[in-house]
Amino acid sequence: MITLRAGGLSIRVHPRSLAVGAVLLLIALAVALVNLTTGDFPVPVADVLRSLGGRGDAGTDFIVYQLRLPRVLTTLLVGAALGASGTVFQGLTRNPLGSPDFVGLTVGAASGALIVMLVLGGGGVQVAAGAIIGCVVTSVVIYLLAFRRGTQPFRLVLMGIGVSALLDAANSYLIYRSHLDEAIAAQVWLIGSVNGRTWTEVTIVAVTVVVLLPLVLYYGRHLTMLTLGDEIAVLHGVPVQRSRAVLALAAVGLAAGATAAAGPIAFVALAAPPIAARLSRSPRAGVLPAAAMGAALLTAGDWVAQHALPANDVPVGIVTAALGGVYLSWLLFFQRRNR
Amino acid sequence: MESTLTQVTDVPSVASTRAARRWISLGIGAAVLATAIVLSVAVGSRTLGPGIVWQVLWHPDDSAASDIVHQLRLPRTLLGIGVGAALGLAGTVMQALTRNPLAEPGLLGVSLGASTGVVVAVAFLGIGSATGYVWFAFIGAALVSAAVFGLGGSGRVTPERLVLAGVSLTSVLGAIIWAVLVTNRAAFDRYRHWDVGSLADRERDTLVQLAPFLILGVLVALALGRQLNALSLGDESAAALGAHPGRIRALGILAVTLLCGAATAACGPIWFLGLAVPYAARLLAGADLRWILAYSLILGPALLLASDVLGRVLVAPAELPVGVVTAFLGAPLFIALCRRRKLSEL
Repeated sequence: MITLRAGGLSIRVHPRSLAVGAVLLLIALAVALVNLTTGDFPVPVADVLRSLGGRGDAGTDFIVYQLRLPRVLTTLLVGAALGASGTVFQGLTRNPLGSPDFVGLTVGAASGALIVMLVLGGGGVQVAAGAIIGCVVTSVVIYLLAFRRGTQPFRLVLMGIGVSALLDAANSYLIYRSHLDEAIAAQVWLIGSVNGRTWTEVTIVAVTVVVLLPLVLYYGRHLTMLTLGDEIAVLHGVPVQRSRAVLALAAVGLAAGATAAAGPIAFVALAAPPIAARLSRSPRAGVLPAAAMGAALLTAGDWVAQHALPANDVPVGIVTAALGGVYLSWLLFFQRRNR
Repeated sequence: MESTLTQVTDVPSVASTRAARRWISLGIGAAVLATAIVLSVAVGSRTLGPGIVWQVLWHPDDSAASDIVHQLRLPRTLLGIGVGAALGLAGTVMQALTRNPLAEPGLLGVSLGASTGVVVAVAFLGIGSATGYVWFAFIGAALVSAAVFGLGGSGRVTPERLVLAGVSLTSVLGAIIWAVLVTNRAAFDRYRHWDVGSLADRERDTLVQLAPFLILGVLVALALGRQLNALSLGDESAAALGAHPGRIRALGILAVTLLCGAATAACGPIWFLGLAVPYAARLLAGADLRWILAYSLILGPALLLASDVLGRVLVAPAELPVGVVTAFLGAPLFIALCRRRKLSEL
């Protein structure tokens, strides 16, 4: 731990966390570059770099800027948003399972989006708006349900599971009653996919990340204190109520923005923070390493979805759900062995 | 063993009034079930009077009413009875095996295990009939029950951890299902109608084909009552009483697999029935699992048929699939259960 001071401002830096975050970010960018070069028309790395530098030919520019870059950027930013949101939630709930997908937020976002898609017949930005509204409403409902003389972290997770089950039933009913083509589109969205994303989605998630990530970084300083309990945090001069409210709202916002852009992608928010924590050998992952880990995970998952499976262009949500389920099973099994 | 315990602890008069009360509420439960059956046959997009129903029931003729009763409502009602009994019993057995009031075939992923088996059978092997894919539903359900108990741990396991084990398996299975379906339009179309959980539009002979499995599952579950009572005291006490915890668990998983696999193959995953039925049965019957199982056998069909009728009435002339109705009735119960008790008491 190193403390940097400049005038009245002092920042504590955990060098290993920073290094891990930087390495993970480089890995994410490297995989993203690979994703830019591969596809139906393989483009050499040199051409991609030249095109990114603004000196490419028209054909390469089209492939890179219109087809691949929006998808790659969406993947990176969604992964980062999910990773950051996950580490904040896990800190606030003091529980490794307190990620947005477990506390039911992403299912709520999905319900909002499905209502826009299948009932109101909207598309594009309207779907994203529906997802964000659904996410926020669900988070408020779950919080109110779990609140009883303070929120008990595990109760929050269980409430999330209950509300998710309810919304899942509603979602499968919405898919059941609509036309087949609409239903397939809705289902692919529901799995979580970055196929065919455009600059619209990039803008949505980029705005979310640019606005909320600094906020999370600033108040995220207090997370460690908050996990020690309210009394201790107050004693150390942490504005408990304000920090918690801002962090919770920002984390909900990050999850909502990510879901609006790519659908409810499972398990990145759950798995990225603990893996980052393990790599940086700290009890809890910082926001930046977790975000970098999320970006790396989702980008790698997208590569797997595009290349490693026999079926063409599988939604990335399938890959993350399969990997995440295995990870969670391992977590449960491992914890049991430890007791 | 268990009966001697009862005799020692209960004053005879108390025991007899309790038994009387149990018989009375069992009778009330049966009356509720009968009402649900009558409503299920009578109510629908075209509601028939009880007199007409009664007449065409015994004297089928060429009238539209007779067609509706014999072709549509009666098979649907019978299927509802079978599936409701199966899911109610499966939930009760799971809760007894895990000593966990949150254990439920839907939440723990057993239903989705059966679904995965069915999807694989339909998409890869082209099997279309219930008798064909029920075996895959059994394999899926059995694997998931074994895995959930393995992951959640068969020894001291907290209720929440078991639910989480189910959720994690559910996500893996969901990924498998969608990986298969996302490229297969026809299979997806069939799956979405099945996945919602409905008693309507099932092939007429579904129940006949699945009846042997359902009956076997019901018999195994009911026969387990006494052993499950012993197991509820804990593994060591159960062993001291002469029971075999391992054998009881194996038989319990067999019963859950048969009941849940057949029910899911018949009408898709139906959530929360296996949570609500044992809960209500415990409220009425007390702690004796033999009685709880008997109550579940009656309350399961009653609840499923009532939900089905509700689904027909609520958005008439359209219909809500029964799986949606049970989720909307059952999820609040799950939430209330988690809210009310302290977690350690769960």
